[in-house]
Amino acid sequence: MMDPFSLTFMDVFRFATHIGLAHFLLLAAVLFAIGLFGLLTRRGLIPALMCVELMLNAVNLNLVAFNRYLPMPDLSGQLMALFSIAVGAAEVAVGVALAFRVYRDRATVNLDDLDHLKG
Amino acid sequence: MDFMAVQTEILILLLLLSTLVTDLAMAKGASRRPVAYLTAAGLAAILAHTCGLYHEGASPVFYMGLFLADNYALFFKQLFLLGMVFTVLFSLDYVERCLPHPGEFYSLLLSALLGMCVMASANDFLTAFTGLELMTVSFYILVGFRLSSADSGEAAVKYLIVGAGSTAVMLYGISLVYGAGGSLDFAAVSRNVHLFTAVGLAGVVLVMAGFLFKLSAIPFHMWAPDVYQGAPTPVTALLAMASKAAGIAVFMRVIFTAFPYLGEFMLPLLKTIAALSMIGGNLLAIRQTDVKRMLAYSSIAQAGYMMAGIVAADYFGMKAAMFYAMLYVFANIGAFAVLSVVDAERGGTSRRHVTGLSQAAPMLAAVMTISLLSMAGIPPTAGFAGKIYIFTATVERGNLWLAVIGFVMSMISVYYYLQVTKAMYRDLEPGEETLAEPLPVPSVARAAALVSAAATLAIGICPESLAVLTNFASQTFMQ
Repeated sequence: MMDPFSLTFMDVFRFATHIGLAHFLLLAAVLFAIGLFGLLTRRGLIPALMCVELMLNAVNLNLVAFNRYLPMPDLSGQLMALFSIAVGAAEVAVGVALAFRVYRDRATVNLDDLDHLKG
Repeated sequence: MDFMAVQTEILILLLLLSTLVTDLAMAKGASRRPVAYLTAAGLAAILAHTCGLYHEGASPVFYMGLFLADNYALFFKQLFLLGMVFTVLFSLDYVERCLPHPGEFYSLLLSALLGMCVMASANDFLTAFTGLELMTVSFYILVGFRLSSADSGEAAVKYLIVGAGSTAVMLYGISLVYGAGGSLDFAAVSRNVHLFTAVGLAGVVLVMAGFLFKLSAIPFHMWAPDVYQGAPTPVTALLAMASKAAGIAVFMRVIFTAFPYLGEFMLPLLKTIAALSMIGGNLLAIRQTDVKRMLAYSSIAQAGYMMAGIVAADYFGMKAAMFYAMLYVFANIGAFAVLSVVDAERGGTSRRHVTGLSQAAPMLAAVMTISLLSMAGIPPTAGFAGKIYIFTATVERGNLWLAVIGFVMSMISVYYYLQVTKAMYRDLEPGEETLAEPLPVPSVARAAALVSAAATLAIGICPESLAVLTNFASQTFMQ
């Protein structure tokens, strides 16, 4: 591990110019955090679904980057990314259908207004 | 490739396709009873077929270890099949009256069942994830299936948001575990020392959190009460027994196969969560007036009991958790068979709706009482034997405090279970006379309820018969 206090200018320069695994992981982590933040704060059903998609894309990025940069014996990471894309699509399809159905009943897709069930 | 390893799944898939085709071939508006009978008969045949698949020695593996059909998986598959057969039978009348597209309902039930069976056999994160999603996405639709009720749609949306979020969290965890462990295969991950790096441990924590969401253990339980209350009653039954058991099955497999060397770090945390689930689930259930919502909190507590068995982290604890999962199926069938009839006839499942059931349908009231006593763990029902196994396993591993919490909470749970019994058996007040009128009970639902009550009592009186099976299944798993 690199000691953050003894970073030279050259280290920073190398990090900025040579794209490697760390960059992909960092990007994925940021994407995931944005998605999670949005899921917890946005009140609309459709924005919430979009945030879930962001989180799933972070996952795909991670899987593919690990598979590319680490000495993996097979392509299972890329395969998993394909599966996760397909599942994400199915989830969103069901999600949008449910949004239609709820809108018909309640004339809103705001998650805060769906508060009939409680006890 | 050994296609014999996936024969159960292939049969279920064929049954699913034939229900779809039958539904399409039938005239619009005609009764979909034949589809239901086809589903029930097919599932019963598959259940009978799986009885012959128990084996000694090496288990069949499909496609390079992605899928493992061992006795452990077989036990859970039988549990799902059993729960599904009874659910189809007791909900015949409910489905026809309350749900708009009965034919599609049965196809979706079967696809959820297929997902559960894949989960039970998963030997790789890819398989586990695929099975989990097949089950969960089918359940999103099933929960929102009662188009006449706005609550059903609301429950489905809540389930979808929480479910999709927890899936994303778990997948992120899986991707980190993949990076650290170098593989998606459970056994290969467990052998890789890099799992103990920061990336690997973060992944393990996220994967665990994802599973705990699916098990609705406290503090990941917020979605369960709303979803259980809003979903159509037969779907609630399946969420409580089958979906939870599937979660337990894959959870145990992941803990014991993929992360066995992390036990020292993980077990204290899991013990705390088990204790929290037992305490919180039981205490929160007390103030519920809707029986379905009460059973949701009770199912959180039951997840806590099963986790108390799992954290014993040995063969006794695993056996106890499997035993408990099976008897919980029978208790749930009884309770939800009664609730489905009440829901279809009286249009609700609150305590008000079950009032006077002892006069309107004495048999149903008796079955409900037996099932609730089994969940509370009162002898001579099966719940008593199950709790003895779990708490013995817990105490033997030196977790006396966890067993004490379980005991105290079981006693508290008797209070709210008997509140329902009290509502069914109390004298009717003036103005409630209509509640005493005999309730028409469909004969199939009556038979399903009676069989489940009989099984609950039989397992309670003679637990050895089921214990032998769980012994066998967990022993071969631990080797």
